[in-house]
Amino acid sequence: MNDTHPTSKPREPTIFDLSRTGRSATAQMPPAMTAHVPAELRRRRRPLLPEVSELQAVRHYTRLSQMNFSIDTEFYPLGSCTMKYNPRGCNQYAMLPEFLGRHPLAPVSLGQGVLACLHDLQEMLKEVTGMQGVSLTPMAGAQGEFAGVAMIRAYHRARGDLARNEIIVPEAAHGTNPATASMCGMKVIEIPCNAEGDVDLEALRHVVGPSTAGIMLTNPSTLGVFERTIAEIATLVHDAGGLLYYDGANLNAILGKVRPGDMGFDVIHMNLHKTFSTPHGGGGPGAGAVGVGARLLPYLPIPVVGRDGDRYRWLDERDLPASIGRLSGFMGNAGVLLRAYIYMRMVGREGMQRIGEFATLNANYLLARFRQAGFDPAYPTRRATHEFILTMKREAREHGATAMDFAKRLLDFGYHAPTTYFPLLVPECLLIEPTETEAKETLDGFVDAMIAIQREAAEDAARLKGAPYSLPVRRLDDVRAAKHLDLTWKPAA
Amino acid sequence: MSNNVPAELRYTKSHEWVRKNPDGTVTIGITDHAQHALGDLVFAETPESGRAVAAGEACAVVESVKAASDVYAPVAGTVVAGNEGLADAPEKINTDPYGEGWLWTLKPAAPQDVDALLDAGGYDKFLAESAE
Amino acid sequence: MAFIPHTDDDVRQMLATIGVGRIEDLFDEIPPALRAGPLTGIPPAASEMEIGRLMSERAAQDGRPLNFIGAGAYEHHIPAAVWAIVTRGEIYSAYTPYQAEASQGTLQTIYEYQTMIASLTGMEVSNASLYDGASGLAEACLMAVRANRRSKSLRILMPRAVNPTYRKCVQAIAGNQNLRFEEVGYDAASGQTAFDAVERHSGSDVTAIVIQQPNFFGTLEDVDRLTDWGHKQGALVIAVVNPTSLALLKPPGEWGEHGVDIAVGEGQPLGVPLAAGGPYFGFMTTRMEHVRQMPGRIVGRTLDLDGRPGFTLTLQAREQHIRRGKATSNICTNQGLLMSAATIYLAIVGPEGLERVASASMARTAELVAELTKLNGVREAFATPRFHEALLKLDRPVGPVLDELARHGIAGGFDASADYPELGPTLLVCATETKTSGDIAAYAAALRTVLGTARAA
Repeated sequence: MNDTHPTSKPREPTIFDLSRTGRSATAQMPPAMTAHVPAELRRRRRPLLPEVSELQAVRHYTRLSQMNFSIDTEFYPLGSCTMKYNPRGCNQYAMLPEFLGRHPLAPVSLGQGVLACLHDLQEMLKEVTGMQGVSLTPMAGAQGEFAGVAMIRAYHRARGDLARNEIIVPEAAHGTNPATASMCGMKVIEIPCNAEGDVDLEALRHVVGPSTAGIMLTNPSTLGVFERTIAEIATLVHDAGGLLYYDGANLNAILGKVRPGDMGFDVIHMNLHKTFSTPHGGGGPGAGAVGVGARLLPYLPIPVVGRDGDRYRWLDERDLPASIGRLSGFMGNAGVLLRAYIYMRMVGREGMQRIGEFATLNANYLLARFRQAGFDPAYPTRRATHEFILTMKREAREHGATAMDFAKRLLDFGYHAPTTYFPLLVPECLLIEPTETEAKETLDGFVDAMIAIQREAAEDAARLKGAPYSLPVRRLDDVRAAKHLDLTWKPAA
Repeated sequence: MSNNVPAELRYTKSHEWVRKNPDGTVTIGITDHAQHALGDLVFAETPESGRAVAAGEACAVVESVKAASDVYAPVAGTVVAGNEGLADAPEKINTDPYGEGWLWTLKPAAPQDVDALLDAGGYDKFLAESAE
Repeated sequence: MAFIPHTDDDVRQMLATIGVGRIEDLFDEIPPALRAGPLTGIPPAASEMEIGRLMSERAAQDGRPLNFIGAGAYEHHIPAAVWAIVTRGEIYSAYTPYQAEASQGTLQTIYEYQTMIASLTGMEVSNASLYDGASGLAEACLMAVRANRRSKSLRILMPRAVNPTYRKCVQAIAGNQNLRFEEVGYDAASGQTAFDAVERHSGSDVTAIVIQQPNFFGTLEDVDRLTDWGHKQGALVIAVVNPTSLALLKPPGEWGEHGVDIAVGEGQPLGVPLAAGGPYFGFMTTRMEHVRQMPGRIVGRTLDLDGRPGFTLTLQAREQHIRRGKATSNICTNQGLLMSAATIYLAIVGPEGLERVASASMARTAELVAELTKLNGVREAFATPRFHEALLKLDRPVGPVLDELARHGIAGGFDASADYPELGPTLLVCATETKTSGDIAAYAAALRTVLGTARAA
């Protein structure tokens, strides 16, 4: 094992440490022009912005970039995040100068090209999810969730069904589900899962009723297994007058194999930055398009791309008067949507069905190899979907090596950590999702690294506790960070 | 895990402790068990004096890097004071949960409510049952 | 198959390891009745060459008009280095920085960003960015409700001079939690928020007041007076600001006697292309006393096991993955890529560059207004100092005029008539440092033609 990670570099100072009064990147300056600001509104002191040359800025941020893991440089077996390859072509053709230069409020006569792409994307997303209508405007998965629950709320209110203020959520759900329900003024009702990972139907039967607005589900669930009783759940909730919300976090698992609309869901959000391969950008931008069945069509967030003959235009308040409204300043993350469009076109009809298949093949192969190597799956009787959970409970008990220790040590081996400690109800868990874009050799390398770490855990658990060793920093003191808040750079006194 | 459960205090199943003071007020904090479970505390928010609270109402928040937890009023009453010393030193809840780590004092609406809470033996038993 | 690397031999070996005969067998837990048919609505796969050609054709169809629209998104020069760096794979394809040791580049960039934005707005702390300016204002209103414990009314004063789309967005997002937004009119002569309309709320429980500077008309508000009024009422003050303008204008942290409580705005002018509407990013800053009520990611500097400095996400207990139903917001991400672009933009242009951009934009808009108002049927709606936008009154409906200008290759402004019908036909125009005197003359000439043509018809 070579402990020198290629991104390991000497410490990079902050850009403010590089700043010198009077230095500037003059090639970027417009001509000096006089502006008349009334004295009482004028800024008195210059802001703390760095004064550096263009080269210094370029070198600094290039060096910082080299301190990151990324898909382009490392494998991310990150459960529930679908870290697949982000094709470069998607970026290049979404960044054509005409697209980048287009003002969102420019007349639609100057935007038929971009609107055609977005309209085609809406249509393809409808097809792949089995829904009746799609709005592309939500700017992230969490905003898509918000739109979904807000539409459920609007639907019940429009029917005068004002008592429906409860959203049912499995206890293994993503934290955004309950947070979203609260943001929409709903009460959150959590229900348990059974030992095999399916929703506890008895518990569900117990809580559905005249207060039920809806249920939020991920399928495959966050436990990495397919929710086998989905048809029963749909019937139970629908019969009680509630609607079904599909959290699209795990859509990659079933792409082309099962459509949420066919499972009985009334509304879905898709994470285009997962399933449709737009980049994560170090934490955004995402895009959280929503799809709806017939009942929720009138409530879609605006704007939506409409088509009159061969002309495209934005549908707004006048076209959709019952809409839940606008969620962004303009129309959402257009650039992300273009990337998703290009990706879907390159993958095409048959490729779309292969995605679910090969994501599932890769996950089940990893699971099989981990089993052979003596690791413990959290749900040993179940198939993996596009992801699965290992529990490190035994390693923690026998050697004191926790899931966190495995995760941190993997970084030294050049693998991003799997998702740790989520879902919360499985102790010492690693949630592993390889995606379809990884080759068998990469998967084998990852398993070998885990086996090596397991051996280390038995021989020298202390070594794991100190990991990582080869990155720009070692484990950071989170308690100090939260107690002594240092959130901005300050000049030395 | 060994838990310190002082005999003279009263307890709740949500892991608050209550001490009766000679002046008729009570002091409230979180138990040793709770501070262990939360880990190193980095922040505590205590209620403003004069606030009327119902039993079971969320009154304070304690926060570690991995969890944030509401602290509930064990009995109804009026808040006398929050522990301002915690603003700069939330770690006192970890180091001295029954002393300097107290959260707030309360004038109970009905003093006898305090006697209805768990005693040390009852809380010990509850902890043992929950651990199974 | 696009982006799937498996050879037939790989598949055989993998299936053998799993112990099944076919890939199809891996789906045996899914009830057969739920299985999808062929996706006939998706076209067959296109190669990168084919899709590249299609995209180039569609882009060419949209052309590159000379743009004079602002209304919340502004065309500025972006140094080539900015996007050359942020599209590096190590930034572009990185995940959210949960694994701090493997994300020091992203985390340090956020820390530098927080420093720049806090200073630009004159506030103490910044988060790592939000989705955009409009949704950022909604988050600010929800935050004000949490932070202003003394106020029980959930009433927020919202001037009509605030961007109309922001007002709609705030209603859509925060309206679900029973916040009440009360409109405050503007002065018909000055275009500023009418102080007498604000004062009508004196003595009542107001949770927060929103002040946009410059306001939607481009007009400069009397921010000191409005801020002091808000604080006197026990309200929190929320500023909505244009980041470029802050190189010249007094920052929100210095408005009135005490400065505002929360500042938000659209970050797009700082190195982010117009891009048909996004992705952009919203910024948010506040005072240290409210930091725990702030939504979104926050990065702090700390020490590692060896006692060396490093960066990590902090105050995470506020966030959805820990607090779940009690989180400050359901927001998970920031707009990392755009935040990175803005940080690099600000580093390259520096304090002097930003001041020059702001001054040139202000001067070019003054020049544009002077030229356009020479035409018959065009006059400026308000005679108050403005930044880089101005509201013009036309003597006829604006829509057809804009359509005609589009035929001349000019995106002539934003038709504000539907949002402010009481003003008659109005056109909001903007010129930034990207516009030359020649561009402005070209717009004036085209508008003269359009108005002349229309008059003759």
